[in-house]
Amino acid sequence: MKYIDEFQDPDLARRLLDDIHAAVTRPWALMEVCGGQTHTIIRHGIDQLLPDQVELIHGPGCPVCVTPLEVIDKALEVASRPGVIFCSFGDMLRVPGTGRDLFQVRSEGGDVRVVYSPLDALKIAQQNPDREVVFFGIGFETTAPPNAMTVYQARKLGIRNFSLLVSHVLVPPAIEAIMRSPNCRVQAFLAAGHVCSVMGTGEYPELAERFRVPIVVTGFEPLDILEGVRRTVLQLERGEHTVDNAYARAVRPEGNPAARAMLADVFEVTDRAWRGIGVIPASGWRLSERYREYDAEHRFSVSGIRTLEPAECRSGEVLQGLLKPHECEAFGTVCTPRTPLGATMVSSEGACAAYYLYRRLDLPAAAASKTAAAAEHAGASGTPAPDSTPVPTATATAAPAPHAPREASPVV
Amino acid sequence: MCLAVPGRVLDIEERDGTRMATVDFGGVVKEVCLEYLPDLQVGEYAIVHVGFALQRLDEESAKQTLDLFATLGMLQEEFGDPWELAAEAGGSPLPAGDGAPVEAQK
Repeated sequence: MKYIDEFQDPDLARRLLDDIHAAVTRPWALMEVCGGQTHTIIRHGIDQLLPDQVELIHGPGCPVCVTPLEVIDKALEVASRPGVIFCSFGDMLRVPGTGRDLFQVRSEGGDVRVVYSPLDALKIAQQNPDREVVFFGIGFETTAPPNAMTVYQARKLGIRNFSLLVSHVLVPPAIEAIMRSPNCRVQAFLAAGHVCSVMGTGEYPELAERFRVPIVVTGFEPLDILEGVRRTVLQLERGEHTVDNAYARAVRPEGNPAARAMLADVFEVTDRAWRGIGVIPASGWRLSERYREYDAEHRFSVSGIRTLEPAECRSGEVLQGLLKPHECEAFGTVCTPRTPLGATMVSSEGACAAYYLYRRLDLPAAAASKTAAAAEHAGASGTPAPDSTPVPTATATAAPAPHAPREASPVV
Repeated sequence: MCLAVPGRVLDIEERDGTRMATVDFGGVVKEVCLEYLPDLQVGEYAIVHVGFALQRLDEESAKQTLDLFATLGMLQEEFGDPWELAAEAGGSPLPAGDGAPVEAQK
Protein backbone atom coordinates (compact mmCIF):
# COMPACT_ATOMS: atom_id res chain seq x y z
CA MET A 1 0.00 0.00 0.00
CA LYS A 2 2.70 2.41 -0.96
CA TYR A 3 0.39 5.15 -2.13
CA ILE A 4 -1.74 5.41 0.94
CA ASP A 5 0.38 8.12 2.55
CA GLU A 6 -0.40 10.37 -0.38
CA PHE A 7 -4.08 10.57 0.44
CA GLN A 8 -5.36 13.71 2.09
CA ASP A 9 -6.50 11.64 5.02
CA PRO A 10 -4.51 8.39 5.03
CA ASP A 11 -6.33 7.03 8.10
CA LEU A 12 -9.69 7.43 6.42
CA ALA A 13 -8.35 5.94 3.19
CA ARG A 14 -7.11 2.93 5.13
CA ARG A 15 -10.47 2.49 6.87
CA LEU A 16 -12.32 2.61 3.57
CA LEU A 17 -9.91 0.11 2.03
CA ASP A 18 -10.16 -2.20 5.06
CA ASP A 19 -13.92 -2.10 4.68
CA ILE A 20 -13.69 -3.02 1.01
CA HIS A 21 -11.18 -5.80 1.66
CA ALA A 22 -13.40 -7.20 4.42
CA ALA A 23 -16.53 -7.13 2.29
CA VAL A 24 -15.25 -8.78 -0.89
CA THR A 25 -15.81 -12.52 -1.26
CA ARG A 26 -15.56 -12.94 -5.05
CA PRO A 27 -14.46 -11.09 -8.23
CA TRP A 28 -16.33 -7.95 -9.28
CA ALA A 29 -15.88 -5.65 -12.27
CA LEU A 30 -16.78 -1.99 -11.80
CA MET A 31 -16.72 0.63 -14.54
CA GLU A 32 -16.13 4.34 -14.12
CA VAL A 33 -17.48 6.54 -16.92
CA CYS A 34 -15.55 9.69 -16.17
CA GLY A 35 -12.11 10.68 -17.40
CA GLY A 36 -11.43 12.65 -14.25
CA GLN A 37 -12.05 9.54 -12.18
CA THR A 38 -9.88 7.42 -14.48
CA HIS A 39 -7.08 9.95 -14.03
CA THR A 40 -7.42 9.90 -10.24
CA ILE A 41 -7.58 6.09 -10.09
CA ILE A 42 -4.33 5.66 -12.03
CA ARG A 43 -2.54 8.66 -10.57
CA HIS A 44 -3.10 7.48 -7.02
CA GLY A 45 -2.80 3.77 -7.71
CA ILE A 46 -6.30 3.15 -6.38
CA ASP A 47 -6.77 0.10 -8.59
CA GLN A 48 -3.68 -1.42 -6.97
CA LEU A 49 -4.80 -0.65 -3.45
CA LEU A 50 -8.09 -2.48 -3.96
CA PRO A 51 -8.43 -6.22 -3.41
CA ASP A 52 -7.36 -8.35 -6.37
CA GLN A 53 -10.99 -9.36 -6.86
CA VAL A 54 -12.14 -5.79 -7.52
CA GLU A 55 -11.37 -4.78 -11.09
CA LEU A 56 -11.87 -1.21 -12.28
CA ILE A 57 -12.72 -1.07 -15.98
CA HIS A 58 -12.19 2.33 -17.57
CA GLY A 59 -15.20 3.35 -19.64
CA PRO A 60 -15.68 5.96 -22.39
CA GLY A 61 -15.64 8.86 -19.94
CA CYS A 62 -13.10 11.14 -21.58
CA PRO A 63 -15.07 13.65 -23.68
CA VAL A 64 -11.98 14.63 -25.65
CA CYS A 65 -11.39 10.98 -26.54
CA VAL A 66 -14.91 10.15 -27.72
CA THR A 67 -15.38 13.22 -29.93
CA PRO A 68 -15.81 11.70 -33.40
CA LEU A 69 -12.85 11.95 -35.76
CA GLU A 70 -15.14 13.44 -38.39
CA VAL A 71 -16.03 16.31 -36.03
CA ILE A 72 -12.34 16.87 -35.21
CA ASP A 73 -11.59 17.00 -38.94
CA LYS A 74 -14.43 19.49 -39.47
CA ALA A 75 -13.01 21.61 -36.67
CA LEU A 76 -9.57 21.56 -38.31
CA GLU A 77 -11.06 22.50 -41.68
CA VAL A 78 -13.13 25.39 -40.29
CA ALA A 79 -10.23 26.60 -38.13
CA SER A 80 -8.02 26.77 -41.24
CA ARG A 81 -10.32 29.17 -43.07
CA PRO A 82 -9.41 32.82 -43.45
CA GLY A 83 -11.86 35.07 -41.65
CA VAL A 84 -12.52 32.50 -38.92
CA ILE A 85 -11.42 32.75 -35.31
CA PHE A 86 -11.67 29.25 -33.90
CA CYS A 87 -12.01 29.06 -30.13
CA SER A 88 -11.61 25.93 -28.04
CA PHE A 89 -10.75 24.62 -24.62
CA GLY A 90 -7.05 23.85 -24.28
CA ASP A 91 -7.50 20.09 -24.06
CA MET A 92 -8.61 19.87 -27.70
CA LEU A 93 -5.37 21.33 -29.11
CA ARG A 94 -3.50 18.04 -29.35
CA VAL A 95 -6.33 15.70 -30.27
CA PRO A 96 -5.29 14.03 -33.51
CA GLY A 97 -7.56 14.49 -36.49
CA THR A 98 -6.70 12.86 -39.78
CA GLY A 99 -3.02 13.75 -39.98
CA ARG A 100 -2.97 16.97 -37.92
CA ASP A 101 -4.36 18.79 -34.89
CA LEU A 102 -5.46 22.31 -33.89
CA PHE A 103 -1.97 23.06 -32.61
CA GLN A 104 -0.65 22.47 -36.11
CA VAL A 105 -3.45 24.48 -37.71
CA ARG A 106 -2.33 27.46 -35.66
CA SER A 107 1.28 26.90 -36.68
CA GLU A 108 0.09 27.00 -40.29
CA GLY A 109 -1.53 30.37 -39.75
CA GLY A 110 -5.03 29.51 -38.59
CA ASP A 111 -6.44 31.82 -35.93
CA VAL A 112 -6.99 29.29 -33.15
CA ARG A 113 -7.54 30.67 -29.68
CA VAL A 114 -7.90 28.95 -26.35
CA VAL A 115 -10.53 30.23 -23.97
CA TYR A 116 -11.30 29.40 -20.37
CA SER A 117 -15.05 29.79 -20.86
CA PRO A 118 -17.32 29.75 -23.93
CA LEU A 119 -18.47 33.23 -22.88
CA ASP A 120 -14.93 34.41 -23.70
CA ALA A 121 -15.49 33.22 -27.27
CA LEU A 122 -18.70 35.26 -27.40
CA LYS A 123 -16.74 38.28 -26.21
CA ILE A 124 -14.23 37.73 -29.01
CA ALA A 125 -17.16 37.69 -31.47
CA GLN A 126 -18.36 41.05 -30.11
CA GLN A 127 -14.86 42.50 -30.43
CA ASN A 128 -14.40 41.18 -33.99
CA PRO A 129 -17.67 41.87 -35.83
CA ASP A 130 -16.03 41.32 -39.22
CA ARG A 131 -14.84 37.80 -38.36
CA GLU A 132 -16.71 34.54 -37.88
CA VAL A 133 -16.09 33.19 -34.39
CA VAL A 134 -16.62 29.45 -33.89
CA PHE A 135 -16.53 27.72 -30.52
CA PHE A 136 -15.81 23.99 -30.29
CA GLY A 137 -18.63 22.73 -28.06
CA ILE A 138 -17.76 19.23 -26.93
CA GLY A 139 -18.16 17.38 -23.68
CA PHE A 140 -20.60 15.57 -21.45
CA GLU A 141 -23.60 16.96 -19.58
CA THR A 142 -21.28 19.01 -17.35
CA THR A 143 -19.94 21.14 -20.18
CA ALA A 144 -23.20 21.46 -22.11
CA PRO A 145 -24.92 24.06 -19.86
CA PRO A 146 -22.11 26.63 -20.29
CA ASN A 147 -22.26 26.15 -24.07
CA ALA A 148 -26.07 26.35 -24.06
CA MET A 149 -25.99 29.60 -22.09
CA THR A 150 -23.47 31.05 -24.52
CA VAL A 151 -25.67 30.33 -27.56
CA TYR A 152 -28.67 31.69 -25.66
CA GLN A 153 -26.73 34.90 -24.92
CA ALA A 154 -25.61 35.21 -28.53
CA ARG A 155 -29.21 35.13 -29.65
CA LYS A 156 -30.36 37.47 -26.88
CA LEU A 157 -27.65 40.03 -27.68
CA GLY A 158 -28.06 39.67 -31.45
CA ILE A 159 -24.46 38.53 -32.00
CA ARG A 160 -24.64 36.97 -35.44
CA ASN A 161 -20.98 36.20 -36.11
CA PHE A 162 -20.85 33.48 -33.45
CA SER A 163 -21.53 29.79 -33.91
CA LEU A 164 -21.01 26.51 -32.09
CA LEU A 165 -19.51 23.33 -33.52
CA VAL A 166 -21.43 20.92 -31.30
CA SER A 167 -20.61 17.36 -30.38
CA HIS A 168 -22.05 16.82 -26.93
CA VAL A 169 -22.39 13.30 -25.54
CA LEU A 170 -24.55 11.82 -22.79
CA VAL A 171 -23.62 9.31 -20.10
CA PRO A 172 -26.81 7.23 -19.61
CA PRO A 173 -27.05 6.05 -23.25
CA ALA A 174 -23.36 5.06 -23.06
CA ILE A 175 -24.08 2.96 -19.98
CA GLU A 176 -26.90 1.31 -21.88
CA ALA A 177 -24.69 0.64 -24.91
CA ILE A 178 -22.01 -0.90 -22.71
CA MET A 179 -24.51 -3.17 -20.97
CA ARG A 180 -25.95 -4.30 -24.30
CA SER A 181 -22.55 -5.24 -25.70
CA PRO A 182 -22.10 -9.01 -26.01
CA ASN A 183 -18.62 -8.67 -24.50
CA CYS A 184 -19.88 -6.82 -21.45
CA ARG A 185 -18.22 -7.78 -18.17
CA VAL A 186 -19.38 -4.75 -16.20
CA GLN A 187 -21.33 -5.50 -13.02
CA ALA A 188 -21.63 -2.00 -11.55
CA PHE A 189 -21.03 1.62 -12.44
CA LEU A 190 -19.49 4.58 -10.71
CA ALA A 191 -21.56 7.46 -12.10
CA ALA A 192 -19.77 10.73 -12.88
CA GLY A 193 -20.27 13.21 -10.06
CA HIS A 194 -20.24 16.45 -12.01
CA VAL A 195 -22.52 15.10 -14.73
CA CYS A 196 -25.00 14.33 -11.94
CA SER A 197 -24.49 17.73 -10.31
CA VAL A 198 -26.15 19.11 -13.46
CA MET A 199 -28.54 16.33 -14.45
CA GLY A 200 -29.40 14.88 -11.05
CA THR A 201 -29.84 11.16 -10.55
CA GLY A 202 -33.28 10.64 -12.09
CA GLU A 203 -32.05 8.88 -15.24
CA TYR A 204 -30.28 6.09 -13.36
CA PRO A 205 -32.84 4.04 -11.36
CA GLU A 206 -34.37 2.68 -14.55
CA LEU A 207 -30.94 1.59 -15.84
CA ALA A 208 -29.98 0.04 -12.51
CA GLU A 209 -33.25 -1.89 -12.47
CA ARG A 210 -33.23 -3.00 -16.10
CA PHE A 211 -29.62 -4.18 -16.15
CA ARG A 212 -29.51 -5.18 -12.49
CA VAL A 213 -26.36 -3.13 -11.79
CA PRO A 214 -25.59 -0.91 -8.82
CA ILE A 215 -24.95 2.70 -9.91
CA VAL A 216 -23.13 4.83 -7.35
CA VAL A 217 -22.69 8.57 -7.98
CA THR A 218 -19.04 9.24 -7.17
CA GLY A 219 -16.77 12.28 -6.89
CA PHE A 220 -13.27 12.76 -8.27
CA GLU A 221 -10.98 12.93 -5.31
CA PRO A 222 -9.16 9.79 -4.17
CA LEU A 223 -11.25 9.43 -1.02
CA ASP A 224 -14.45 9.99 -3.02
CA ILE A 225 -13.52 7.15 -5.33
CA LEU A 226 -12.73 4.79 -2.47
CA GLU A 227 -16.10 5.61 -0.92
CA GLY A 228 -17.85 5.06 -4.26
CA VAL A 229 -16.13 1.68 -4.68
CA ARG A 230 -16.92 0.73 -1.08
CA ARG A 231 -20.63 1.38 -1.48
CA THR A 232 -20.70 -0.38 -4.85
CA VAL A 233 -18.96 -3.49 -3.52
CA LEU A 234 -21.30 -3.64 -0.52
CA GLN A 235 -24.28 -3.57 -2.88
CA LEU A 236 -22.80 -6.25 -5.13
CA GLU A 237 -22.03 -8.53 -2.18
CA ARG A 238 -25.62 -8.12 -0.93
CA GLY A 239 -27.06 -8.80 -4.37
CA GLU A 240 -28.57 -5.31 -4.60
CA HIS A 241 -28.73 -2.98 -7.59
CA THR A 242 -29.85 0.48 -6.59
CA VAL A 243 -28.75 4.04 -7.28
CA ASP A 244 -26.76 5.53 -4.42
CA ASN A 245 -25.23 8.98 -4.06
CA ALA A 246 -21.73 8.99 -2.59
CA TYR A 247 -21.12 12.60 -3.70
CA ALA A 248 -23.98 14.29 -1.87
CA ARG A 249 -22.00 17.46 -1.17
CA ALA A 250 -22.21 18.35 -4.88
CA VAL A 251 -25.09 16.27 -6.23
CA ARG A 252 -28.75 16.73 -5.47
CA PRO A 253 -31.35 14.33 -6.83
CA GLU A 254 -32.82 17.04 -9.05
CA GLY A 255 -29.42 18.31 -10.25
CA ASN A 256 -29.42 21.94 -11.31
CA PRO A 257 -32.96 22.78 -12.54
CA ALA A 258 -31.96 26.09 -14.16
CA ALA A 259 -29.26 24.36 -16.19
CA ARG A 260 -31.59 21.54 -17.19
CA ALA A 261 -34.22 24.02 -18.38
CA MET A 262 -31.64 25.80 -20.52
CA LEU A 263 -30.41 22.49 -21.97
CA ALA A 264 -33.97 21.54 -22.91
CA ASP A 265 -34.40 24.85 -24.75
CA VAL A 266 -31.09 25.03 -26.60
CA PHE A 267 -30.35 21.39 -27.39
CA GLU A 268 -32.21 18.36 -28.69
CA VAL A 269 -31.24 14.70 -28.42
CA THR A 270 -29.61 13.14 -31.46
CA ASP A 271 -27.75 9.96 -32.40
CA ARG A 272 -24.01 10.46 -31.95
CA ALA A 273 -20.98 8.60 -33.23
CA TRP A 274 -18.47 8.01 -30.42
CA ARG A 275 -14.88 7.82 -31.53
CA GLY A 276 -13.65 4.26 -31.36
CA ILE A 277 -17.09 2.91 -30.49
CA GLY A 278 -19.53 3.87 -33.24
CA VAL A 279 -23.00 5.33 -33.27
CA ILE A 280 -24.93 5.14 -30.01
CA PRO A 281 -28.61 5.98 -30.50
CA ALA A 282 -29.91 9.12 -28.78
CA SER A 283 -26.56 9.63 -27.06
CA GLY A 284 -25.80 13.23 -27.94
CA TRP A 285 -27.10 16.77 -28.09
CA ARG A 286 -27.22 19.07 -31.08
CA LEU A 287 -28.64 22.59 -31.28
CA SER A 288 -32.43 22.62 -31.40
CA GLU A 289 -34.32 24.04 -34.38
CA ARG A 290 -34.74 27.39 -32.61
CA TYR A 291 -30.95 27.83 -32.46
CA ARG A 292 -30.03 26.19 -35.75
CA GLU A 293 -28.60 29.41 -37.20
CA TYR A 294 -25.88 29.22 -34.53
CA ASP A 295 -24.84 25.74 -35.63
CA ALA A 296 -21.39 25.89 -37.25
CA GLU A 297 -22.14 22.76 -39.28
CA HIS A 298 -25.01 24.60 -40.94
CA ARG A 299 -23.11 27.84 -41.32
CA PHE A 300 -20.00 26.31 -42.86
CA SER A 301 -20.64 23.59 -45.36
CA VAL A 302 -17.74 21.27 -44.79
CA SER A 303 -17.52 18.55 -47.39
CA GLY A 304 -14.91 16.18 -48.68
CA ILE A 305 -13.85 15.06 -45.21
CA ARG A 306 -12.11 11.71 -45.44
CA THR A 307 -11.31 10.42 -42.01
CA LEU A 308 -8.57 7.90 -41.40
CA GLU A 309 -7.70 6.39 -38.04
CA PRO A 310 -4.25 4.82 -37.64
CA ALA A 311 -4.75 1.10 -38.15
CA GLU A 312 -2.58 0.16 -35.18
CA CYS A 313 -4.57 2.29 -32.72
CA ARG A 314 -6.80 0.20 -30.48
CA SER A 315 -8.30 3.08 -28.53
CA GLY A 316 -11.80 1.93 -29.44
CA GLU A 317 -11.28 -1.24 -27.40
CA VAL A 318 -9.75 0.80 -24.59
CA LEU A 319 -12.74 3.16 -24.56
CA GLN A 320 -15.12 0.22 -24.31
CA GLY A 321 -13.17 -1.30 -21.45
CA LEU A 322 -12.25 -4.36 -23.52
CA LEU A 323 -8.52 -3.64 -23.40
CA LYS A 324 -6.30 -2.09 -20.78
CA PRO A 325 -3.97 0.55 -22.26
CA HIS A 326 -0.76 -1.39 -21.59
CA GLU A 327 -2.18 -4.42 -23.38
CA CYS A 328 -1.99 -2.52 -26.69
CA GLU A 329 1.08 -3.38 -28.80
CA ALA A 330 1.71 0.29 -29.60
CA PHE A 331 1.49 1.51 -26.00
CA GLY A 332 4.62 3.34 -24.89
CA THR A 333 6.53 2.48 -28.05
CA VAL A 334 4.94 3.81 -31.23
CA CYS A 335 2.26 5.59 -29.23
CA THR A 336 3.21 8.10 -26.53
CA PRO A 337 1.81 11.51 -25.50
CA ARG A 338 4.36 13.09 -27.86
CA THR A 339 3.44 10.82 -30.75
CA PRO A 340 -0.16 9.86 -30.00
CA LEU A 341 -1.90 7.46 -32.34
CA GLY A 342 -5.27 8.13 -30.76
CA ALA A 343 -7.07 10.62 -28.57
CA THR A 344 -6.83 8.39 -25.49
CA MET A 345 -3.07 9.06 -25.40
CA VAL A 346 -3.55 12.84 -25.59
CA SER A 347 -5.91 14.01 -22.93
CA SER A 348 -4.85 13.51 -19.33
CA GLU A 349 -8.36 12.12 -18.88
CA GLY A 350 -7.66 9.44 -21.48
CA ALA A 351 -6.88 6.02 -20.02
CA CYS A 352 -3.79 5.53 -22.21
CA ALA A 353 -2.25 8.87 -21.21
CA ALA A 354 -2.99 8.23 -17.54
CA TYR A 355 -1.30 4.81 -17.70
CA TYR A 356 1.65 6.28 -19.57
CA LEU A 357 2.10 9.20 -17.21
CA TYR A 358 1.81 7.37 -13.95
CA ARG A 359 3.24 3.88 -14.50
CA ARG A 360 2.75 0.68 -16.38
CA LEU A 361 5.47 0.57 -19.01
CA ASP A 362 7.04 -2.23 -17.05
CA LEU A 363 3.85 -4.23 -16.72
CA PRO A 364 3.73 -7.39 -18.77
CA ALA A 365 1.04 -7.04 -21.37
CA ALA A 366 -2.25 -8.67 -20.48
CA ALA A 367 -1.08 -9.28 -16.94
CA ALA A 368 -3.40 -8.54 -14.12
CA SER A 369 -2.50 -5.02 -13.13
CA LYS A 370 -1.95 -5.75 -9.51
CA THR A 371 1.76 -5.42 -9.01
CA ALA A 372 2.81 -4.58 -5.54
CA ALA A 373 4.84 -1.63 -6.67
CA ALA A 374 3.92 0.44 -9.66
CA ALA A 375 6.51 2.01 -11.89
CA GLU A 376 7.30 5.44 -10.63
CA HIS A 377 8.49 6.75 -13.95
CA ALA A 378 7.42 6.02 -17.48
CA GLY A 379 10.89 6.43 -18.85
CA ALA A 380 11.16 4.07 -21.77
CA SER A 381 10.97 6.67 -24.49
CA GLY A 382 13.18 9.28 -22.98
CA THR A 383 10.19 11.39 -22.12
CA PRO A 384 10.52 12.48 -18.57
CA ALA A 385 7.51 11.41 -16.61
CA PRO A 386 5.96 14.06 -14.46
CA ASP A 387 7.25 14.39 -10.98
CA SER A 388 5.68 11.51 -9.18
CA THR A 389 7.43 11.84 -5.90
CA PRO A 390 5.11 11.17 -3.03
CA VAL A 391 2.76 14.03 -2.48
CA PRO A 392 3.12 15.27 1.05
CA THR A 393 0.10 14.48 3.08
CA ALA A 394 -2.02 17.57 3.36
CA THR A 395 -1.99 18.87 6.84
CA ALA A 396 -4.92 19.51 9.07
CA THR A 397 -7.46 17.78 6.94
CA ALA A 398 -10.54 16.49 8.55
CA ALA A 399 -12.66 13.76 7.08
CA PRO A 400 -14.11 14.74 3.75
CA ALA A 401 -17.51 16.15 3.29
CA PRO A 402 -20.35 14.45 5.04
CA HIS A 403 -21.78 11.56 3.13
CA ALA A 404 -25.08 10.04 3.96
CA PRO A 405 -24.35 6.34 3.70
CA ARG A 406 -27.15 3.90 4.20
CA GLU A 407 -25.27 1.83 6.70
CA ALA A 408 -22.61 2.27 9.32
CA SER A 409 -19.74 3.95 7.55
CA PRO A 410 -16.16 4.59 8.51
CA VAL A 411 -16.66 8.04 7.08
CA VAL A 412 -17.39 10.21 10.06
CA MET B 1 -12.67 18.70 -19.27
CA CYS B 2 -15.09 17.86 -16.50
CA LEU B 3 -12.79 19.20 -13.84
CA ALA B 4 -14.76 21.63 -11.78
CA VAL B 5 -13.00 23.72 -9.19
CA PRO B 6 -14.48 25.16 -6.01
CA GLY B 7 -14.26 28.93 -5.80
CA ARG B 8 -15.37 31.71 -3.45
CA VAL B 9 -17.53 34.57 -4.68
CA LEU B 10 -15.82 37.93 -4.16
CA ASP B 11 -18.44 40.16 -5.75
CA ILE B 12 -21.47 40.04 -8.01
CA GLU B 13 -22.73 42.33 -10.76
CA GLU B 14 -25.21 42.35 -13.63
CA ARG B 15 -23.55 42.57 -17.04
CA ASP B 16 -25.54 42.61 -20.30
CA GLY B 17 -28.48 41.42 -18.23
CA THR B 18 -26.43 38.44 -16.99
CA ARG B 19 -25.52 37.71 -13.39
CA MET B 20 -21.72 37.55 -13.24
CA ALA B 21 -19.32 37.17 -10.32
CA THR B 22 -15.65 37.56 -9.60
CA VAL B 23 -14.54 34.26 -8.08
CA ASP B 24 -11.34 33.34 -6.25
CA PHE B 25 -9.87 29.87 -6.81
CA GLY B 26 -7.12 29.63 -4.24
CA GLY B 27 -5.48 32.81 -5.52
CA VAL B 28 -6.52 32.71 -9.18
CA VAL B 29 -9.38 35.12 -9.87
CA LYS B 30 -11.82 34.57 -12.74
CA GLU B 31 -15.09 35.96 -14.07
CA VAL B 32 -17.87 33.42 -13.53
CA CYS B 33 -21.47 33.30 -14.74
CA LEU B 34 -24.05 32.79 -11.95
CA GLU B 35 -27.14 32.33 -14.12
CA TYR B 36 -27.45 28.68 -13.06
CA LEU B 37 -27.11 29.53 -9.35
CA PRO B 38 -28.92 32.88 -9.19
CA ASP B 39 -29.20 32.96 -5.40
CA LEU B 40 -25.48 32.42 -4.73
CA GLN B 41 -24.19 35.22 -2.47
CA VAL B 42 -20.85 36.96 -1.91
CA GLY B 43 -18.68 34.86 0.39
CA GLU B 44 -20.28 31.56 -0.61
CA TYR B 45 -18.52 28.73 -2.46
CA ALA B 46 -19.60 27.02 -5.64
CA ILE B 47 -18.28 24.36 -7.98
CA VAL B 48 -17.24 26.17 -11.15
CA HIS B 49 -16.79 24.54 -14.54
CA VAL B 50 -15.48 26.48 -17.57
CA GLY B 51 -16.62 29.80 -16.14
CA PHE B 52 -20.03 28.74 -14.83
CA ALA B 53 -21.13 28.08 -11.26
CA LEU B 54 -22.99 24.77 -11.33
CA GLN B 55 -23.61 23.82 -7.70
CA ARG B 56 -23.23 25.32 -4.24
CA LEU B 57 -20.57 23.80 -1.98
CA ASP B 58 -20.02 24.11 1.75
CA GLU B 59 -16.94 26.01 2.80
CA GLU B 60 -15.17 23.11 4.49
CA SER B 61 -15.44 20.78 1.49
CA ALA B 62 -14.47 23.57 -0.87
CA LYS B 63 -11.32 24.41 1.08
CA GLN B 64 -10.29 20.76 1.33
CA THR B 65 -10.69 20.28 -2.40
CA LEU B 66 -8.77 23.46 -3.18
CA ASP B 67 -5.94 22.33 -0.88
CA LEU B 68 -5.80 18.98 -2.64
CA PHE B 69 -5.86 20.52 -6.12
CA ALA B 70 -3.11 22.96 -5.17
CA THR B 71 -0.99 20.12 -3.78
CA LEU B 72 -1.45 18.05 -6.93
CA GLY B 73 -0.75 20.95 -9.27
CA MET B 74 -4.23 20.72 -10.74
CA LEU B 75 -4.95 24.44 -10.42
CA GLN B 76 -1.96 25.07 -12.68
CA GLU B 77 -3.36 22.58 -15.20
CA GLU B 78 -6.76 24.26 -15.09
CA PHE B 79 -5.66 27.90 -15.15
CA GLY B 80 -2.16 27.73 -16.64
CA ASP B 81 -1.19 28.63 -20.21
CA PRO B 82 -2.89 25.97 -22.37
CA TRP B 83 -0.55 26.56 -25.31
CA GLU B 84 2.47 25.97 -23.12
CA LEU B 85 0.87 22.85 -21.67
CA ALA B 86 0.05 21.53 -25.15
CA ALA B 87 3.51 22.37 -26.48
CA GLU B 88 5.11 20.63 -23.52
CA ALA B 89 2.93 17.56 -23.95
CA GLY B 90 3.72 17.36 -27.63
CA GLY B 91 7.37 18.29 -27.31
CA SER B 92 7.07 21.02 -29.91
CA PRO B 93 7.67 24.77 -29.87
CA LEU B 94 4.84 27.20 -29.31
CA PRO B 95 3.10 28.07 -32.57
CA ALA B 96 3.38 31.64 -33.72
CA GLY B 97 0.17 33.51 -34.26
CA ASP B 98 -1.47 36.88 -34.31
CA GLY B 99 -2.23 38.35 -30.97
CA ALA B 100 -2.09 36.68 -27.63
CA PRO B 101 -3.04 33.05 -28.11
CA VAL B 102 -4.69 32.89 -24.74
CA GLU B 103 -7.61 35.20 -24.39
CA ALA B 104 -7.16 36.30 -20.84
CA GLN B 105 -10.26 37.59 -19.22
CA LYS B 106 -10.26 41.29 -18.65
